This record gives sequence, C-alpha cells and structure tokens, in this order.
Amino acid sequence: MNKVISSPDPLQRNIKTIVNASLPRRHAAERRFRWYGLIAVSLGLAFVVLMFGNIISKGYPAFWQTYIQVPIQFDPAVIDPQGNRDPQALQSADYAALVRAGMRRMFPAVEGRLELRALYGLVSSDGALELQNRVLQNPELIGAEQEIWLLASANVDTLIKGNIERSLDETERPIKDNQIGWVDQLQAAGQIEKQFNTILFSSGDSREPEQAGIRGALMGSFYTLLITFLLSFPIGVATAVYLEEFAPKNRWTDLIEVNINNLAAVPSIVFGLLGLAVFINFFGLPRSAPLVGGLVLSLMTLPVIIIAGRAALTSVPPSIREAALGVGASKLQMVGHHVLPLAMPGMLTGSIIGMARALGESAPLLMIGMVAFIVDVPKSFTDPATVLPVQIFLWSDLPERAFVERTSAAIMVLLAFMIVMNGLAIILRKRFERRW
Amino acid sequence: MLKQKLALAVAATLTLAGVAHAQSARDYISIVGSSTVYPFTTTVAEQFGKANASFKTPKVESTGTGGGFKLFCGGVGVQHPDVSNASRAIKKSEIESCAKNGVTDIVEINIGFDGIVVASSKKTKPMPLTIKDLWLALAKEVPEPGTGKLVANPFKTWQEVNPELPAKKIEVLGPPPTSGTRDAFVELVMDHGCKEFATIKELEKTDEKKAKAVCQTIREDGVFIEAGENDNLIVQKLVANPNALGIFGFSFLEENLDKIQGETINGVTPNFENIADGKYPVSRPLFIYVKKAHVGVIPGIKEFIAEFTSEKAVGDDGYLSKKGLIPLPDAKRKQVAADAKNLKTMTP
Repeated sequence: MNKVISSPDPLQRNIKTIVNASLPRRHAAERRFRWYGLIAVSLGLAFVVLMFGNIISKGYPAFWQTYIQVPIQFDPAVIDPQGNRDPQALQSADYAALVRAGMRRMFPAVEGRLELRALYGLVSSDGALELQNRVLQNPELIGAEQEIWLLASANVDTLIKGNIERSLDETERPIKDNQIGWVDQLQAAGQIEKQFNTILFSSGDSREPEQAGIRGALMGSFYTLLITFLLSFPIGVATAVYLEEFAPKNRWTDLIEVNINNLAAVPSIVFGLLGLAVFINFFGLPRSAPLVGGLVLSLMTLPVIIIAGRAALTSVPPSIREAALGVGASKLQMVGHHVLPLAMPGMLTGSIIGMARALGESAPLLMIGMVAFIVDVPKSFTDPATVLPVQIFLWSDLPERAFVERTSAAIMVLLAFMIVMNGLAIILRKRFERRW
Repeated sequence: MLKQKLALAVAATLTLAGVAHAQSARDYISIVGSSTVYPFTTTVAEQFGKANASFKTPKVESTGTGGGFKLFCGGVGVQHPDVSNASRAIKKSEIESCAKNGVTDIVEINIGFDGIVVASSKKTKPMPLTIKDLWLALAKEVPEPGTGKLVANPFKTWQEVNPELPAKKIEVLGPPPTSGTRDAFVELVMDHGCKEFATIKELEKTDEKKAKAVCQTIREDGVFIEAGENDNLIVQKLVANPNALGIFGFSFLEENLDKIQGETINGVTPNFENIADGKYPVSRPLFIYVKKAHVGVIPGIKEFIAEFTSEKAVGDDGYLSKKGLIPLPDAKRKQVAADAKNLKTMTP
C-alpha cells in the first residue's frame, strides 16, 4: 500500500485525472436534480396554498352571519285573538306581521308600499319562524315586549361583509340607497351584529342564502358512508384474505386479479349507471336514498380496499405463517390469529383512504337522483338525501351572490373531513405499522 | 369468523332492502327536470313546505329538461316522479313515449318567461347587436357577401360582420348542446337571424332540411366556446376577459349587474320590463308538467300546484320575480291558474 502512495504508477494517475475531470459534471448533475425536485415540490405546494387561500379567503366570512335587533311586541291580538292559548291557533298565527310591526317601530317615518317593502326586506323571512318557535316554547311571551336578534337578509349580510360596492349606481346593486341608509343607522345604534353562523350547521338546504345549511348534506354523507363501510370493509377484507392466503395461484385467480385492478380504475360515473340499472330499476329501491348511494359507492370502494388489503397481507413475513403452522395451527387459525391482526393497520389505512375518496364523490350519485334540492334533514337510510360534494355543486350553480361564500364554506368543511380521515390513516400507519 | 362476517353483511343488506321496499309508499312530492327552472321550483317547494306543516317539502332533482321527461314518462307509480320542470314545451315524441308507458293525463302549466341575454364585462363599451349580427358571427356557414354562395364563416371581428360594430375579435361563451338555454338560443336567435338572407330563403324552398341545418349549426372553429352548464362560470370568465360575450339566463345578469352588462338586441335592452312586455326578442316560456294520475295518491300535489300558480309566487310582485322569473301577462296568468286548479290535461 505504501508503495502505491509513494510512487503512483501512471495507470493509477490516469484514472484519478479522469475521475477528477468528470467530478464537477457529476456534482452539477446531482445539484440540478435536487433543484428539479425542489421546484416540483414547491410548485405542488404553491398550487395547494393557492387553492386553500382562495377557498378560505372566500369562505371564512360565511361562518359569521349578520343579525338585526328588532323590538318585537308579542301582540295578543295577532297571536291569540281568542285568548285561550290554543296550540293550533298559536301555530298558524301571522308572526310575519309582528316582524313587520317591529321594523315599522324602528323607522316610524317610512311610508308607502314600496318603501315599506324595502324596509321589511332587511330581515330574513326566517324571522317569523323564529318568533313562532319562541312563542310555542314559551306561551308566557304573549303580551310581552322583547328586543330580539333576527336574521338579516342575505343582501344586508353581503353589504355588512363589504362585498357590495357602495359607490355603484343604485340600479347596479341588489341593495338600494334607502336600505343602505337604514342599515347605517342601525349599525350606528349598535343594532346590527355579526354572530357565529349556527344555521350553516343546523339546517338543511334553502333557496334563501341566509337560511341555507349543510346539516342535510352532512347527514346524507354520514348515512351513505356508513352503508359503504358496512358493506365494503367486510367483503373487501374477506376477498383480500381469500385471494392472498387460500386461493390457488392459477389462471382464474390471475384473471380475477386483473379485473379487480381494472375496476379500481373505472370512472365512477359507470358505477352510477350500474346502480341506476340494478338497484333502482331492477330491485326497485327508492331514488335519492343514501341506501342506494352507499351501495353504489361500496362497489367503487371495494377494489381499493381489496388491493390495499392484499398489499398489507403480503407485507406480513412468511416466517409468521410458518411458525403458526409449525406449532399446529390450522390455516384458518394462522390467518385469523396471526396474519390478519398484523395486516389490519395496513387494511384500515387503505379502507380509510377509500372512504375518503367515496366521501368526495359526486358523479355516480348524479345518476341515482342524489343531486337534488332537499330541505328536510334525512333521518333514515331511505329518506331522500344529498351529500356534501353534491351540495357544493348545487350551490355553485345558483345565481344569488351570497351563495358564493357558502359554497366555499361547504368546501372547507369537506376538506376538513378529508384532512381528518387522511390524517387518521397516517396515524394508524405510524402507530401500528411493524418493521420486520 | 370470516364466514360469520360475510353472512352478517349479506343479512344486513337484505334487511335494509326489505325496509326500503316496505317504505316505498312515498309521502313527499318528487320533482325532476330542467336546471333553468330548478331555482324557481326549489323556491316554491321550500315555501310550500314551510307554509303547510302537514306536507313534507318536495324533493327537486336537477336532471335537465330531456332527462326529466325521460324519468317523468317512465310510468305511473310511486317510484316515478310526479312533476317535471321544463325550459321548453314537451315534444311530440316525449308525449308518445309517455303514452307508451301509461302516462296519458298530463297537466301543462306555463309558469312564466326567462330571458336569454348576451352580456359582456362592464369594462368595455356596450355593442348594439341585432339578431342578424349574432347569426352572421356564430353560424358555421354564411352567404358570401356579393355572391350569396354559402361558405365557411370567414368573420373574425365584429366589424367584419357589421361595419358599425367595433373591430373587436368575435369570442362568445355559451352553453353546450345538452342545455335547454342552448336550444332556446338556437330557436330564437339562429333560426330568425338566417331568415334575413335571400340565399337561405331560396334554399328553404328547394331543400328545407339543408336550410334548417345551415340556420342552426353553430361554428366550431373556436369562436364559439362551450363554457359548460354553470352560468356563474361564464360570468366569471366575462369579467376576466373583457373582449368576450357570454350567453346565459336573465337571472344571472340581474344578480351581477355590478360586473356585467346585457347587450341590446335589435335595440331592446334586456331588463325585467322589456322581457315581460315581450319587446325583448330572446325570451322563452318555462313550464312544469304534472302527472294527473298521481294527484290524490301522493299527498300535496294539488296544494303545491296552487302555491306555484298563486299571485304570491308568480305574480308581478311575487317571490319568484325576485329570483328572476318574468311573470306572464295578467290575463294569461289568471287563465293558467284556473286551468291548473281544474287539472286541465293536455289535448293529444
């Protein structure tokens, strides 16, 4: 060795010079590759930030809603002219008249039919329902006088949030000069306030933006996904176990494998058509029901779960199987007691990712009638329902300006669910994954 | 263990299916059809649900006019819808397919008008258009100036179409062929625009089919851009591109008057009054169709029709006019309400 260092032979030196000469080029190539990678990652991140930024900046105002404080006199002559507190009469009384009277008391100078209509237009038509509920819950209110925060109309809400340009000509904005004057007066008197928008989470769809909520769509998504999970998880796991552990390896199982992989890539609308033909037309299940939606989505999720399940099973080392069989376990015991529990975290991860995909799916539901306007919150698997992505699609197509922020808010809720589900998948993998 | 699970899953499915079957007697009205009528029908459905505590709120699906009739004509029975929205009158072929499936007594209700507007960004100067200009700019084949021979549309700017218009590139965003708005645009603008040319009038005498095709075919060289069914998207694209014109329903113009302007057509501005008077040339009637056999079987249909034809809804100051529906003239409205009340069916 000493000899080599002290007197390097010409061949050695030659190699060294060649290597040294190529070094800068190789280093440059490596640096370039790192840069490409970095640029690719930052480009991807930039798009994500852009998307989130756009949605959040548009959507966050929807979580607040403008209310107007109106002095309401629960006039017995209007609510209960007979004076016998008959629930039927209380139910059908003209509560809108109370709201109108309250508005007039705040602005006694307003006169004329058109002016009054504009004034009443400041509060949402939901006000009457709110008063009705209060009276039905507490009939003592009749005859009393109270300052009540009533829901403002969508136009007032949009104005307060600064989304209507005041400098525009009156004909070009949905809210008129006199209305802006009243709103400014109310604001100066502290009778306008933004509160957390509970309606968004507590009510179903509505054509009045200020009364529209995603509760119906959330419950629809819940029922649909429950069906999807109950069907696709057991069947998917059973299929994966059979194909991986029990089935003989021959041409038939190869064919099945190819088909399953194919199914995972079939466009989802095809499953919708299948659902329409089989579940609704042949079996006569009801249209627009989460039951049918869940069946269709489980067809779509099954291949994903099977493929993830098989991958999880193959990652369990053969030594575990051999050890179990070696101490006398049957094949079913080997799978049930050892292989399946070890593969479960991987299978759950795959299922959660499949479910997240099902949660965001809307195309197949189009065919089975879940793209619909549904006000009542669904209470069972067969009630007509819609799901969150479909609600987003429907709201994005409506002319009213105030639906823009609600669309973005619904997207934020959907994204939050996606993040939670995908995060759960990562946590499961990190916590329970075994390295062999 | 696996077998148990499987058996359980199968059992669960069967029970659920059984439950579904038992509940198939429907207690809410099911409505399908046009996405143009959807914003109006949903508003009525919601009001109806709120006003009548004894009935459930109807379910309204947005399937498109053609898709709606396909479902509506599927047959009589609770699994088929009761009402279909349409942005055009029912076709003869659809009536026939209905009859084939036993759907014979159909009540047609004209609920009002919808204007179709050609709009542009407020950032540009308005262009006074005529139906003739629009046809010349958008048809696939036009008569060559001078000879009158049909040639592929050579026009690139509005000035080439009509010397009085600005030298702006022709760029029009419109709905795809599946849309009812597109059908109505073709019928009201393209069909009328082409009749102003002698060549086409002559062609009509010799080869009616060819003439119709020449009139109705919209050019495919990238000047007319199909922008999808979502009208909000077209509005956004117009704001971003001041050179483009967009074609969509009047209610979207009304909601976005701060960003876009409706172009005058044949000198008439698209606004509420002009469409209601019938002065504005591009407006179409909107309908709902009701299956008479379901009245009395599904609760609330009669009451729903009454709500839809009431002054409160479709009147001059009704809540639908606030949503952009153009009401029928007074006399016609009374007639429609009376016919609807008596469930007067269409005469085949």
